[in-house]
Amino acid sequence: MNAIEQATAHGRDLISAASTLAELRAVEGEAFGKRSRLAAMTAELRGLGPEERRQRGQELQEARAVLEGLYSRRAEELSRSDALRRAQAERLDLTEEAWRFAGAGGPLAGVLEPPVPRGHLHLVTQVRQELEDIFVSMGFEVAEGPEVEDDWHNFEALNMPPHHPARGMFDTFYLKAGQSESVVLRTHTSPVQVRLMESRRPPIYAVAPGRCFRRDTPDATHLPVFHQLEALVVDEGISMSHLAGALDAFTDAFFGPGRRARLRPSFFPFTEPSAEFDVTCWVCGGDGCRTCSGSGWVELGGCGMVDPAVFEAVGVDPERYSGFAWGLGIDRLAAARTSLGDIRELLDNDIRFLTQF
Amino acid sequence: MRVPLSWLRDFTPVEAAPQDVARALSFLGLVVEGTEEVGPPWPGVVVARVLETRAHPAADRIQLVDVDAGNGEALQICCGAFNMKAGDLVPLATLGTVMPNGLEIARRKMRGEWSNGMLCSAPELGLGHEHAQKGIYILPPDLVAGSPLASALGLGADVVFDIEIGPNRPDCFSIAGVARDLAAAMRLPFSLPRPSPGAVVPEVAAADVRIDPAAQDLCRRFTGTVVENVGAAAVPPLVSHRLALAGMRAISGVVDASNYVMLELGQPNHPYDLDVLGGGGLVVRRAEPGEALVTLDGVARRLEPSDLVIADASGAPVGVAGIMGGSVAEMGPATATVLLEVANFDPLAVSATGKRLGLHTEARTRFERGVDIELALLAIERFVELLGPHVRRGPTTDVGRGAPVQPPLRLRPSRVNMLLGTELSGEECRALLAPLGFVSEADGEDAFSVRVPSWRPDCTREVDLVEEVARIHGYDRIPRRMPSRPVAATRLSAYQRSRRELRDALVGTGASEAWTNTFVATADMVATGLGPDVALELENPLDQSQSLLRTSLLPGLLRAVRFNRERQAGAIALFELGNVFCRAEAVPAAPGPVPGAGTIPGVQEWEQVALVVAGEGAGSQWVVRAFEVLRRSLQLDSLGLHRQDQDPSPGPGALVNTGAFHPGRVAAVIADSSPIGLVGQLAPEVASRYELNGPVGAFVVDLAPLLGARRPAPPALAVSRYPATDLDLAFVVDDGVQAQDLAKTLAGAAGDLLGGLALFDVWRGETLGAGRRSLAFRLRLRAGERTLTEADVSRVMAAVVQAAADGHGAVLRQA
Ligand SMILES: [Zn+2]
Repeated sequence: MNAIEQATAHGRDLISAASTLAELRAVEGEAFGKRSRLAAMTAELRGLGPEERRQRGQELQEARAVLEGLYSRRAEELSRSDALRRAQAERLDLTEEAWRFAGAGGPLAGVLEPPVPRGHLHLVTQVRQELEDIFVSMGFEVAEGPEVEDDWHNFEALNMPPHHPARGMFDTFYLKAGQSESVVLRTHTSPVQVRLMESRRPPIYAVAPGRCFRRDTPDATHLPVFHQLEALVVDEGISMSHLAGALDAFTDAFFGPGRRARLRPSFFPFTEPSAEFDVTCWVCGGDGCRTCSGSGWVELGGCGMVDPAVFEAVGVDPERYSGFAWGLGIDRLAAARTSLGDIRELLDNDIRFLTQF
Repeated sequence: MRVPLSWLRDFTPVEAAPQDVARALSFLGLVVEGTEEVGPPWPGVVVARVLETRAHPAADRIQLVDVDAGNGEALQICCGAFNMKAGDLVPLATLGTVMPNGLEIARRKMRGEWSNGMLCSAPELGLGHEHAQKGIYILPPDLVAGSPLASALGLGADVVFDIEIGPNRPDCFSIAGVARDLAAAMRLPFSLPRPSPGAVVPEVAAADVRIDPAAQDLCRRFTGTVVENVGAAAVPPLVSHRLALAGMRAISGVVDASNYVMLELGQPNHPYDLDVLGGGGLVVRRAEPGEALVTLDGVARRLEPSDLVIADASGAPVGVAGIMGGSVAEMGPATATVLLEVANFDPLAVSATGKRLGLHTEARTRFERGVDIELALLAIERFVELLGPHVRRGPTTDVGRGAPVQPPLRLRPSRVNMLLGTELSGEECRALLAPLGFVSEADGEDAFSVRVPSWRPDCTREVDLVEEVARIHGYDRIPRRMPSRPVAATRLSAYQRSRRELRDALVGTGASEAWTNTFVATADMVATGLGPDVALELENPLDQSQSLLRTSLLPGLLRAVRFNRERQAGAIALFELGNVFCRAEAVPAAPGPVPGAGTIPGVQEWEQVALVVAGEGAGSQWVVRAFEVLRRSLQLDSLGLHRQDQDPSPGPGALVNTGAFHPGRVAAVIADSSPIGLVGQLAPEVASRYELNGPVGAFVVDLAPLLGARRPAPPALAVSRYPATDLDLAFVVDDGVQAQDLAKTLAGAAGDLLGGLALFDVWRGETLGAGRRSLAFRLRLRAGERTLTEADVSRVMAAVVQAAADGHGAVLRQA
């Protein structure tokens, strides 16, 4: 065994003898660090001829690399067992607390816990629940659907075949899953319409609240992650006047009496005729103010009569059934109602903000 | 699109106030996003008559010009141009005028001579940098000296509407199209321009334009006209001015005329310098594989056979069809003869090529929505007309005409009324459609056969006509009524009701609800001790900090907690309910019930609830209690906690989140013997990565199995009216024995007489030996129908002590 081999064996012994991370760190210097025999031999290289120096230098370097590898493997082992040891040492039986927690009527009752102030539901949840309640009272059910969608439900069944220019209206996030651009984060809650109609026959009276995604840079009025409430009614004899009437009823219930909904022509591939709907400004009551940029109206969402192409995609006879649909922004309603200037505050979750509502 | 009101008036005599016009447009679906009032151009610039030109005594690059600015007196101006003579009318920028480029005109001395204003060239007035007229702009001789230049040239104040055009209205990407809609809504007449260009000059050659047979499916029509002597052509100032109002710069007569025609009629077109076109003609063909072309913006573009190119007659590409011309045959100041291309391309092909090249142009915008195939000849005539009387034009060559003629649509007024809830007569429907260009003829009882005008390719079905009727009739005139469905009781689903109760229970613990981003970064996951490789990745994230879909609610909540702690929030508990996602192969099947989730290949999506608590008093005890609150409020009777390391087949939530927790201070939430979540203290290194000191408590549980553990509504149990006896028993057990297991054993052994069971003391001491502790339970015993006897109590005591000893090696600790 030459000197280098001896030095390596010594280092190896030191490393494997360490039984904790702390011990291991303590022997690093002597094993292959500054205080090691290898380091001393490296210092002696200077006195050698060039060829010998190169040869020996390389041997020393290799020996060092071997020890470094051993060291890091040992460090990993020890940190795992350190963690296990700590887990053992700090182990708590969490089930004790569950059985210790007195409840009214239990054998330990009589020892009251001090009351705590209730927490607060998020503003967006509060608005969403209020909307759900209004529509349930109008005879709608509350439907839900997945946030990750396929192309069929988000686009194609909604009368947007591949390459349809209207797809450009939505800045879509795609997932690296399946074929390229085949799996999307839903850009609206409208795919729930498709899922509802695929799953059963009319009549359908439903709303679908949920999270949606568009590739918008966040600003005071846009978030790339936001919440919509979709409505869908499909039945015999449903007309646009029912759409307007239902919107009026909703507006009344949510904003209070005296507010009206207004329809303006617009375009969506999945409705025909299509409309934007505005409501009387809730700040000024229609006189014009900053919230409504002086118009007396605030735009809330898009709506229209379900396009026959959508009915055909899901196998509903458009001659027998007709229907309407709309989508509105829950976060925008929440911001509007609380005069919130910057919608990004909804995502900060600052406790001082959350507990205001 | 920017639409000047005066331009609309070229087509329809609208007299309404601008705000009423804006409203009418908005109620047609042409949303006016802004209304801008614009004063007359060139305030301060007047018409002046040149009285005399004199040499400057000290400079030969400038001369002295005496002009009459209307008051009959001679006003001396120093001028660097020499193209005017006595008697000419010229534009004079008077003192104080601010020029379009921002320069303010002041009285100043030039080489010792006063200049009392500035005579203006066409480019200085914004009439185009390559305007045909060089030097000072010589005005028509019939103007009156002293009058403002704008009014002298027929330009006044204007109102510009900024209109958002939806993708469904190709015809409205033009002033004429907007005017047609407006006229229909305001019940005004409408007419297209009838250009009177110069006659065809026989000596000018017919344009050589062809469609390659292999491109006939993508090019529906190709027309061209040669126009000579365009070097001296200038468009009227009104044209340049309107281009400026519409947001386009004036450049030269030919380019301005081309742009004006596109904006006015919606027909994109392209003038090529004929003298540099190889072979003197154009052919539209599919690109060769790998063919390259430098477009007008100076960028080299690689093309594919699905792209259409315009090539010259020698085969060299000179433009990407319907999107952008090439730089080779670009118009320049030296251009004398142009070949104007006016074509009609397949919308999908233009769209695909434009998307691949990332080129957004006015031409593409129009072609990909569909340009009226009948516009081509009108556009050519209008173009030639705008260039004025000095140009010489040849005959127009017109090839292709391959667009299918749309068959007439059947419109049933009964269907109109059914869908709109109106009571319109057939005649009313016909009259509402007519001004838009739809021609209706009776087709049997209660139906019309409606011919769709060529500019409305968007109308292909009866329902599209219904929308047109509704638009012109007015959406606000549609009556309102509630749907009269048969009365049916509705309510939230059991799952939705439970979810609300869960939120309420959590709020009752003092925690508040957060909603956090669905997107997380790899770094967030690593910091939380979660494996990033199970996460789904976005193909096109906004930025790398939002590139993964969250696999757990913990990273978002931890960030929110840190955000609050950084703002001196003190102790804080936040919870969230939301969807989380994993690669399908990485976790066991998602526990539902997001309807439809699980049908997307490669994706698991499910709903989760999580809570994080930090600050003084936080830790595993707090979260266990919070969890107990929700377990008991929702009567999740079958749920229990269990030491995590003994559990088989964890659900996805328990599996994904293991690394986030302190391995000795975590319990699994067990439903149906399978872990559905974790409760406990987060690993100290996770907490410190979020800059949180002290223990941080958390739970994360998959929602569907959690709510699925609800006890069905139980039958009422009679409450005993007899007194109870409490039996306090302390057992010494090994640390390996969970309180939960011992309690269950005790409850089982106590049998029917057990009315309640709780742990009231945990004690360790040297006398017990290391690794052992005493758990003191209170058993409340009672019978339903009688008072307990001492024999009952001793029997229960004997049974539970025996069971504890047998099951767990527990030793009763003598008081
Ligand atoms: Zn207002």
